[in-house]
Amino acid sequence: MADQQAKIQIYGTGCPTCQKLHESADRAVAQLGLDIEVEYITDLKKIMAAGLMSLPAIVINGKMVSGGLVPDLKKIKALIDQNIKS
Amino acid sequence: MNLFWPIEILAKFITATILRIPADTFLNEVVTYFIYDVIKIYLLLIIIIFTVSWLRTFLPPEKIRTILSTKNQYVGNVLAALFGIITPFCTCSAIPLFLGFLQAQIPLGVTFSFLVASPMINEVALVMLLGLFGWSVALVYILSGLVIAIISGIIIGRLKLESLVADFAKNNPLPGNLIMNSMSRSERLIYAKDYTKNIFKKIWFYVLLGVAVGAFIHGYVPADFLAKYAGADKWYAVPLAVLIGIPLYANAAGVIPLVSALTEKGIALGTTLAFMMAVTGLSLPEFLILKKVMKTKLLIIFFSIVGAGIIFTGYLFNLILK
Repeated sequence: MADQQAKIQIYGTGCPTCQKLHESADRAVAQLGLDIEVEYITDLKKIMAAGLMSLPAIVINGKMVSGGLVPDLKKIKALIDQNIKS
Repeated sequence: MNLFWPIEILAKFITATILRIPADTFLNEVVTYFIYDVIKIYLLLIIIIFTVSWLRTFLPPEKIRTILSTKNQYVGNVLAALFGIITPFCTCSAIPLFLGFLQAQIPLGVTFSFLVASPMINEVALVMLLGLFGWSVALVYILSGLVIAIISGIIIGRLKLESLVADFAKNNPLPGNLIMNSMSRSERLIYAKDYTKNIFKKIWFYVLLGVAVGAFIHGYVPADFLAKYAGADKWYAVPLAVLIGIPLYANAAGVIPLVSALTEKGIALGTTLAFMMAVTGLSLPEFLILKKVMKTKLLIIFFSIVGAGIIFTGYLFNLILK
C-alpha cells in the first residue's frame, strides 16, 4: 500500500508550540484513518542536517509542507492528504 | 489629516448613541478614546500582519540563508537587518536560525545583524507604534532599529568572536537538500490568513487591556505628571527605561499603549523609543534560549552592544526633539 511508505515528520525544538503541532499531527493521522507513525524530531543535529530553520515544521516524504506556525487540524489533515501520495 | 476619521466617527457614535454616555463629559472622552484606539489597532494589526506574512512566503529563512551566504560582510549586514524585519522572532526557531546561518558559512557578525533586527523590528510593535504614535515615530523606530542591527553586527564581526560560539554549533555538515513546498497564489494568501489569525488570537486581549489602562491614564492623569521624573532633562531616564523594558518582551502588545499614554504625561519621546526597543530587542527569553548555543561572554557582549545602541538612540532623540 502506498500509504504505508509515506513518512510524516514533525521537526521542533521541544517548545510548547512544537509539541502542540506534534499532537495535532497525531490526531490528524488518526482522524484520516491512516496507519502511519508521526515521527517527532527534536535533535538539533538532525534538524540542521535536514536544513530546516522555520520551526515547527511538517515534512512529508522529505518535503517541507509547513513551517513556522501551527496550522489548525483541518489544515494539517489537508496537507497530509495532499502530500502523502507523492 | 487623520486617515482614521471614519473610525473616529464610529467611536463617537458608539459612545454617545449606543452607550448613551453624555457628550462633553470626561467619561465620554475616555470611552471614545478607548473604542477608537482598539478598533484602529485591530484593523492595523490585521492589515499589516497579513501583508508582512504574505511577503514572508516569498522569503522564508531557508531562502534568506541562501542569499546571505553569497554576500560579503557589509552588504550582508545590511541585507540581514532588512530580512530581519519580515522574519518574526520565535523562541522555537531562534536556535535553528542561528545554527543554520553559521552552517551556511554566513559570518557571525551578519548573523547577529539578523538576530538583532528580527525581534526588535516586529510587525506587532510596528502596528502599535503606527496606531498610537503615528507614521513618523514608527519610521524613526524602524530606521533606528536597522542602524543598531547593522552596526552591532559589524562590531561583533570585527571583534572576531567565533571562538565563543558553542562547540557543537561549529562544523555542522552542510544542510541536506530540502525540498520546499512551492506555494501557489492562494496558498500564500491562506498562509497569511492563518498566521494573522494565530497572532491576533494571541494578542487581542493584551491590546484591549493596554489600551484600556492607556485610556484611563489619558483621561485621569494630569498632563506633565511624569515630566519632573522622566523628562528629557533627566539623564537617568533613558537607561532606567531600558532596564525596565528588558523583562517585558512577551507583552509588547500591551505595553506600548501604556507607554503611549505615559508619553503624553511628560516622558520624553527618545526615552519612550529606547524603552520600546528594549522591550522588543533585549528580551530575556531570547537571552536564555541563545545561551544554549553560545558562551555567556558572547551573549553579554551582544546584549551590551545592542543595549548601548538603544541608550544612544534614546539620548539622541531626546536631544533632537527637545
